[in-house]
Amino acid sequence: MKYSLLKIIKEGITGNKNWRPIWRDPEPKKSYDIVIIGGGGHGLSTAYYLSNLYGLNDVAVIEKGWIGSGNVGRNTTIIRSNYMLPGNEPFYELSMKLWEGLEQDFNYNAMISQRGILNLCHSDAQRDAFARRGNAMKLAGADAELLDEDGVRQVCPFLDFENARFPIKGGLAQKRGGTVRHDAVAWGYARGADNKGVDIIQNCEVTGFKIDNGVCRGVETSAGFIKANKVASCVAGSSSKVMGFAGMRLPIESHVLQAFVSEGLKPILPGVITFGAGHFYVSQSDKGGLVFGGDIDGYNSYAQRGNLPVVEDVCEGGMAIMPMIGRSRLLRIWGGIMDMSMDGSPFIDKTDIKGLYFNGGWCYGGFKATPASGLCYAHLLATDEPHEVATEFRLDRFINGNMIDEKGVGAQPNLH
Amino acid sequence: MIIDHPLLGPRDANEFVYLGDANLINRPDWTEKDADKQFYEYLYLRDNPSGYHRELWYHEQGDRSWLIVTRNTSTHEIKQVELAKDYHLEKSKSK
Amino acid sequence: MNELKPLANQESKSRFLNDQKNRLKTGQIINNKTMSFKFNGAKLNGFEGDTLASALLANDQVLVGRSFKYHRPRGIFSSGTEEPNALVSLGSDEFQEPNTKATTIKLFDGLTAKSQNHRGPLAFDFMAATDFLHPFLSAGFYYKTFMWPKSFWEKLYEPIIRSAAGLGALSGKPDPSSYDKGFLHCDILIIGAGPSGLAAALEAGRSKLKVILADDDFLLGGRLNSEKFFINNQSSDEWAKNAVAEIMQMSNVRIMQRTSIYGSFDHGIFGGLEIKYDHFKHNHKKPRQVLWKIYSKFSILSSGATERSIAFGNNDRPGIMLAGSIREYINRWSVCPGKNVVVFTNNDDGWRTVSDLKSNNIKVSAVIDVRKETTFHDKEMPVYTGTSIVDTSGRLRISSVTLSTGEKIPCDCLAVSGGWNPNVHLTCHQRGKPVWNDALNAFLPNNIPKTMKVAGATDGLLQLGEALKSGHLKAKEITELLGKKDSKSSAPSADNESVKNTSFWHVSESKKRCWVDLQNDVTTKDIKISFMEGFKSVEHLKRYSTLGMATDQGKTSNILGLAILAELSGKTIPETGTTIFRPPYTPVPIGAFAGRSRGKDFRPTRLTPSHNFAKNLSAVFVETGMWMRAQWYPKENESHWRQSVDREVLQTRSSVGICDVTTLGKIDIQGADSAEFLNKVYVNGFGRLPVGKVRYGLMLREDGIVMDDGTTARLDLNHFVMTTTTANAVGVFRHLEFCRQCLWPDLDVHLISSTEQWAQIAVAGPNSRKLLEKIVDKDHDLSNEALPYMGCKEITVCNKIPSRLFRISFSGELAYEIAVPTRYGNSLFEILMQAGEEFNVTPYGTEALGVMRVEKGHAAGNELTGQTTAQNLGLEKMMSKQKDYIGNVLSKRVELNRDNKIILMGFKPVDKSIELLAGSHFISKGKTACTDNDEGWMSSVAFSPILNHSIGLGFIRNGSNRIGEIVTAVDLLRNKQIDVEIVSPHFVDPEGEKLRA
Repeated sequence: MKYSLLKIIKEGITGNKNWRPIWRDPEPKKSYDIVIIGGGGHGLSTAYYLSNLYGLNDVAVIEKGWIGSGNVGRNTTIIRSNYMLPGNEPFYELSMKLWEGLEQDFNYNAMISQRGILNLCHSDAQRDAFARRGNAMKLAGADAELLDEDGVRQVCPFLDFENARFPIKGGLAQKRGGTVRHDAVAWGYARGADNKGVDIIQNCEVTGFKIDNGVCRGVETSAGFIKANKVASCVAGSSSKVMGFAGMRLPIESHVLQAFVSEGLKPILPGVITFGAGHFYVSQSDKGGLVFGGDIDGYNSYAQRGNLPVVEDVCEGGMAIMPMIGRSRLLRIWGGIMDMSMDGSPFIDKTDIKGLYFNGGWCYGGFKATPASGLCYAHLLATDEPHEVATEFRLDRFINGNMIDEKGVGAQPNLH
Repeated sequence: MIIDHPLLGPRDANEFVYLGDANLINRPDWTEKDADKQFYEYLYLRDNPSGYHRELWYHEQGDRSWLIVTRNTSTHEIKQVELAKDYHLEKSKSK
Repeated sequence: MNELKPLANQESKSRFLNDQKNRLKTGQIINNKTMSFKFNGAKLNGFEGDTLASALLANDQVLVGRSFKYHRPRGIFSSGTEEPNALVSLGSDEFQEPNTKATTIKLFDGLTAKSQNHRGPLAFDFMAATDFLHPFLSAGFYYKTFMWPKSFWEKLYEPIIRSAAGLGALSGKPDPSSYDKGFLHCDILIIGAGPSGLAAALEAGRSKLKVILADDDFLLGGRLNSEKFFINNQSSDEWAKNAVAEIMQMSNVRIMQRTSIYGSFDHGIFGGLEIKYDHFKHNHKKPRQVLWKIYSKFSILSSGATERSIAFGNNDRPGIMLAGSIREYINRWSVCPGKNVVVFTNNDDGWRTVSDLKSNNIKVSAVIDVRKETTFHDKEMPVYTGTSIVDTSGRLRISSVTLSTGEKIPCDCLAVSGGWNPNVHLTCHQRGKPVWNDALNAFLPNNIPKTMKVAGATDGLLQLGEALKSGHLKAKEITELLGKKDSKSSAPSADNESVKNTSFWHVSESKKRCWVDLQNDVTTKDIKISFMEGFKSVEHLKRYSTLGMATDQGKTSNILGLAILAELSGKTIPETGTTIFRPPYTPVPIGAFAGRSRGKDFRPTRLTPSHNFAKNLSAVFVETGMWMRAQWYPKENESHWRQSVDREVLQTRSSVGICDVTTLGKIDIQGADSAEFLNKVYVNGFGRLPVGKVRYGLMLREDGIVMDDGTTARLDLNHFVMTTTTANAVGVFRHLEFCRQCLWPDLDVHLISSTEQWAQIAVAGPNSRKLLEKIVDKDHDLSNEALPYMGCKEITVCNKIPSRLFRISFSGELAYEIAVPTRYGNSLFEILMQAGEEFNVTPYGTEALGVMRVEKGHAAGNELTGQTTAQNLGLEKMMSKQKDYIGNVLSKRVELNRDNKIILMGFKPVDKSIELLAGSHFISKGKTACTDNDEGWMSSVAFSPILNHSIGLGFIRNGSNRIGEIVTAVDLLRNKQIDVEIVSPHFVDPEGEKLRA
């Protein structure tokens, strides 16, 4: 079913009786060419690109709950490609380009809103680091602009320029950055993959792998054994659990990240604003809520909820930088479980077990990567070669010392 | 969260700084043949269990003790709190 | 001028009463003080003890707002935090507080409120046109359109959607109010002061437990004030008043009115928000609200239950209200929202509204009970059983209802009772999942936190007698668990009212739209469409249709939506799912979470010992982490910062300069194994460092990346003083404690941070020795022989002030750092300035410090990014091969040791007049500027007043073998391409002759 304004008018006039499920609800087959574990954003986009770009449609996505109920459904919706290191930036820039054509591509309005992202800086050293990063972005073909204090004042006159503990000295802006209606991304990819014959199987939990002599033959699930030539794990947040079934230990810890939304407000913020010195970032959704967040809680957790210190810390950051938000109310706090990796960067790689592939370690930055992650994972699954922008996302990079550590905090996941 | 400090009694977790898996106290021997592999596994690989997890917390806003806290990562329930130093000395005694 | 005279008291009161059309003539409240307020500019009156909602209703202001999507006229629906419709903006200008629930605002004199979300007057909202387009605006319509042409989304569609969305507006000005935070500890936190909460508080209080009783209302008693019940033969509101009075007398109980417990966190920690002042212009020094963190051993959740609605055709009109709320308006506030009321119910509770209306002589035109059989009868009015309402009419206020029988009944108010949902929210905040109870047709708490107990209606005990008993009992249980003696008192007794109910959720024969979520305009049809499109789980439904996502957090709509979804899928409600609630229970202002941490108080400020000195010299200060440091010291004739900085550098290099370097971390290390300990944490050896010597040390993380650098002095055989960089002072100390306690606990070594105990001043320049000799006590020899480069000494200065002198240099000059106890720091700075007058001494700030370190080629924060190795810094030779140290093994990894790794080098512009840019990237001459050709970056730049041109430090591949090569420093951000020559990073005195002079 193709969506359009005409379709909406036609259905509206005839009583909205003919809408159809946007993905089927099939029973799992006994065997697939590729089984993707995890019906989150990355799993669904992998299925989408496998079926739409690589012509592989004997594919199942199995999801323990409802699709999109993991981190794609509980993030702060930001997209950007403002990375510094050569191992990252081309990948995220590809993702940005995919976002830019996504809605027409999968015929679903995910409300991709490129209203810009602005990172504030508060010292000369930070400005120098932003210059290094901005130039790295431009070298990779992305857009970036270095703003001075006046430049920031022009776009965000409501920030505290007079009385801030850490005065605003400027910022790094990426105009193509912005936000996306996160749930719609999962649904759009699911619909696009389903259309090409991918089976999306909900409420089916993986309980183990069948591995013979170092070769993965399929997955044990709550709905029985499913045979597969290739099994692709894509369960950020639960990576250690799932890969543990294959006896693997990962360079990953699970941590909780809380996110926040305020009551709906008339438009007041121009785009995404990040205040690194105060651990606060914010944007305003199309519905009017201020969507904001900050640091992870900082201790290993699988609990999908956090504690007060971070809530206070984040709100303090908000009030420090934009004291106009004091009288708006925090409406909802939620927590998601992050795969925090040892250098803050992800993995898209084969494993030592033949036929078993791994995608994870996205830390709290997986949402913006959804399209490129899917595309690169699909590329790896289809060709057994890494995509050219994802060559460094290897599981063995810590053995060699080829870390991709944007923040420079080393092998301590809770600091990334 | 509240951590029941063995010397100071219950303290808000906010006074502490978290490091991670308590296995980080078992630093390998650099003279071993496969020291590079051992150090890689020591520093980078994690069990990351859902359930009880022995982990290191540092009482930075307090007495500067490093503690080993046994905490359930699914419920945040804390079962045991020990001084890392005591644990370590105890362990080397039993060797 | 005529004198203003107040009306006689009696006269004014009756006038107020007459103005308030819907105010009943009897009841407590009408004896209270009168108050005036404004709604949309109209001046109205109410009484002290009113909420804004009760006062609006008293004044017959039924229409109060517009809905989110269709801009439908909306009235007050409830009487509490569950309110979906009556959202107003309170106050104006910087005090404007959007989206405030009129039902929770305590009326005060001078209150002003405005309705929200309409263009044009409230009664004629132009945006209401969207209501006519509703067939095209069903659930998720926006996902299916607005995609063509692509560029229109950002230019046209999105701006329209955004401006239509949102409810109230922020003023855009800084919040003028202050907020405070507080901490409390207790044996039991009792959440909710309704019947079970009061019963629990009485019992726990009498048993001498340390109790906190919190309630979000400004009047304690919960439904005891809104119903006509009897407890121990007293009227329920009287009983509540007496109970509160008794509790107030107990010194072991703290009563917290107007305090909403908004969240339940790990290990018995609760968050509470206390409202102190609503008034706009109260004294701003006093907090408007206080955010409490409550540490409880146990808690009792007695937060009551919330009434739910029934979905039927056009059930959203102003004048349609929850039946229980109508009882509260009548009994607590003496307000009747209508003159001609119809009651629609699926349970016994609705009938209590009938009897309360009747006893106040308010006309009840009909009672419609969906149940075929009920035990209630009333001969004075038409009663329709087995009947439902299919439609209503009345644009700005309900004017009639149409029954399933086709009969139309005029009315101006409709009371709806759809049963009760226990307020289980706080049991869900730690991921507890409520379970469905078929008898109650509601979710009850399940897997609740260990130290929490649930009482009263929250536990499904909707009857008063049961609720009182359960509160009493839970308090007794906790008393026992705490090992205290209970008070032996018995539970208050009351009759149990009849609470039979049915699982009737919506009127399926309604042809009209039936609202489920009033605020977000989600109707039963939207749920059907969502289901049709495959959104069959509650989580999907919520996200697709926006059900329950509004500011009321679905308090009246979630269960209704779930029930309808269950019906569509042919499953039971528990099979269909649960909705779990996330904190906060009620929205909390962001300002309250921030408390006093805003503006300059956002984070603590650390001042250096010489701060006053610098301030008196009008130094410009810069934030360095938490520290404020002097950046440069401008002289009167200097208009540009460069003039000051160049002068400070030249004066220092030609004579002498002084700089406060206290901010560097100082760690005192003592114990028999101190030297061995240092050997293990530094890459280079410290074991053989003689007493009285200082050594530069480089510290790695275990992953082989540089953590920090600094100098460590051996003051005695078993006594060292380590310095760290300013930025890493805290982290290095933590790391050393980790090494000491967790890795090598058998070493005899002790650490203490002494950063704050010693003021440290750098004295640099060829005349530094001469200057110091003037202040050091005579018995200390500072000659090159007695104190050579990298020597250190414990000495006394200025007549017996203990001091430490280190002959170390960051600037590359003959230099010292002198430390005195912090309290002497400012004074020492002044004395050095006076003594140095003859040498033309200058104080220098962080800028000059930075220039000199770049000239000398020292790595600092811009180079120690946590991504660089000792190899990158050109310090490979320091790494000992004889011993183990942190980072030893992993620093040998292949990728960290490649031939073409980046190396820290110096850079000079080929055209000396050009200023270099930090952050530019190096590209080989003739290559295109792209990621693949990126060879490194410029990390620090400075203007060298000695060399008289711009210089830079930076990392470039294989740099040490490329000295003399010209590369391009490309800066695409600032559109500059600068040819630079790769040089040694040591621009000044590369042989170090000055240091040793």
